[in-house]
Amino acid sequence: MLFRILFGFMTATLVLPVVLILGTLIYKGGPMISVDFLFTNPVQGMTAGGIFPALLGTVWLVLVALLISVPLGVAAAIYLSEYAADNWFTRAINLAIINLAGVPSIVHALFGVGAFVIFFGFGTSILAASLTLAVMTLPVVIVATRESLQAVPYAFREACWNMGATRWQTIRRVVLPNAITGVLTGVILEVSRTAGETAPIMFTGAAFFLPFLPQGVFDQTMALSLHLFVVSTQVPGMPEQLPFGVALVLVGLVLLMNSFSIALRMYLRGKKKW
Amino acid sequence: MQSEPVEIIGASADFDRRNRDWYIDRAVQIIVFICGISAIVFIVGIFAFITMEGVGFLVGDFNFTEFFFSPNWRPTSEVQPTYGILALIAGTASVTGLAMLIAIPFSLGAAIFIAEFATGKTREILKIVVELLAAIPSVVWGFIGLSIMNPLIIEVFDVPVGLTVLNAGIILGLMAAPIMTSIAEDALKAVPDRYREAAEAMGATHWQVIFKVVLPASKNGLLGAVLLGVGRGFGETMAVLMATGHAINIPTSVFDSVRALTATIAAELGETAVGSTHYQALFTIGIVLFVITFIINLTADLIVRGIRKG
Repeated sequence: MLFRILFGFMTATLVLPVVLILGTLIYKGGPMISVDFLFTNPVQGMTAGGIFPALLGTVWLVLVALLISVPLGVAAAIYLSEYAADNWFTRAINLAIINLAGVPSIVHALFGVGAFVIFFGFGTSILAASLTLAVMTLPVVIVATRESLQAVPYAFREACWNMGATRWQTIRRVVLPNAITGVLTGVILEVSRTAGETAPIMFTGAAFFLPFLPQGVFDQTMALSLHLFVVSTQVPGMPEQLPFGVALVLVGLVLLMNSFSIALRMYLRGKKKW
Repeated sequence: MQSEPVEIIGASADFDRRNRDWYIDRAVQIIVFICGISAIVFIVGIFAFITMEGVGFLVGDFNFTEFFFSPNWRPTSEVQPTYGILALIAGTASVTGLAMLIAIPFSLGAAIFIAEFATGKTREILKIVVELLAAIPSVVWGFIGLSIMNPLIIEVFDVPVGLTVLNAGIILGLMAAPIMTSIAEDALKAVPDRYREAAEAMGATHWQVIFKVVLPASKNGLLGAVLLGVGRGFGETMAVLMATGHAINIPTSVFDSVRALTATIAAELGETAVGSTHYQALFTIGIVLFVITFIINLTADLIVRGIRKG
């Protein structure tokens, strides 16, 4: 009983401060949030106005990153789940995935600068930033997809092979349709991760302030995460509430995405037919 | 996998279709294989590209003793630029150390509570909360350090500056804890129930079951969780950039401002000319970060895999 209280207390100590912090964000940032705040440009050196270019920039960055990492990650997961043998080579791939997730975000930024901005000559652009984000969040897609593929019973595949289907036909017609919602939860998680990252985009394509909206993937863009950094550290004379508003929008966006992913996962678990 | 052509003589249309499927199958196999090895390609690529950008410093101004043992990081000095990262290492180590001091006991405690005590709805809800906490972006944590913790520390401890080791340590601890909790909880749940049942059948109390049976049986997994937490804290960039005060300093107390390795790159890369010594030195710090996190992740993986074999 004593230990129950002790460990319960420890859990509460972890959760409560964060609840208080989120409460403060809502309390101080809440009054900032309005349709105007979300859909107008920042004015007066970013000390007033809205966050529209940053919000739109984050959408750009996330979408381009998804276009790259989702096909790549899903295919990689198909290889790992359906083709790869259990040997040293597959272990090396798994280790690489773990490391890709563990490398500090600023090192990913350095990689992005060295590879995409300079070597491939994309310059500081949405494309370079999104590629960097895609590489960084690739493990999220791979791990989620692999898990949902492996949750499809092996007997489904055997039944399909016995009908004379090739491996690919089996994957396309039987395995993927049964795993697709699981893949979707991974993709939503990736959206949330990508939207929140700051360090990897600082030097690869996100700008502190731009007077225009991006027209294509070779333009720079503002981004919500970097905007929070900028308005809270780089701008003198910033009204106290504005950064709270930006932080609240960012946290809200990320937590909403994650809740959606969790809800989808639980719904799936409830519907499981096997 | 391909059928022998002799078996289907006289069914050439059928044979053609099957053949095309076979080629598609092969093509897909090759494509997914290429995507499958992408993680390895990227890891090698990361190392290759940061080395490529940093190599000019390594073969030029790099001096092993100065780099690792001098506390003077003065890359922009007009007179005599020095590139010593000792103070930055001390900054990273002090913040990560304090964070782990906070995060390890609490996240293990929370993991034990969730895995061994909580049941039904409480358990489900706690797991979801932990997962959501792990998702809060690091720049938001940095902002919290800057705008909520900073005035709080100044007021509570009556110190002039609140952007210190203490601030960043707490922030980083809160950041790393959810991840450590969820990995540690997985490790505890991986201990088969029959261990617990056997111990209970022998008359062990709940805490005896936990401390004498479950914890020893899951110690590798718990160690893996701790290591991943260390790796996370060590590599964290935005939060430490915003909450440490960013002063080059070997700390003597938790109320000193410090600067971390990661934060130095984030703060200075934008101001350096591509290819300059300073720029290359920042990439060299990147190599150090990459190598250390690689070792941490490798060790964690070996330890965690140890339990599966043993």
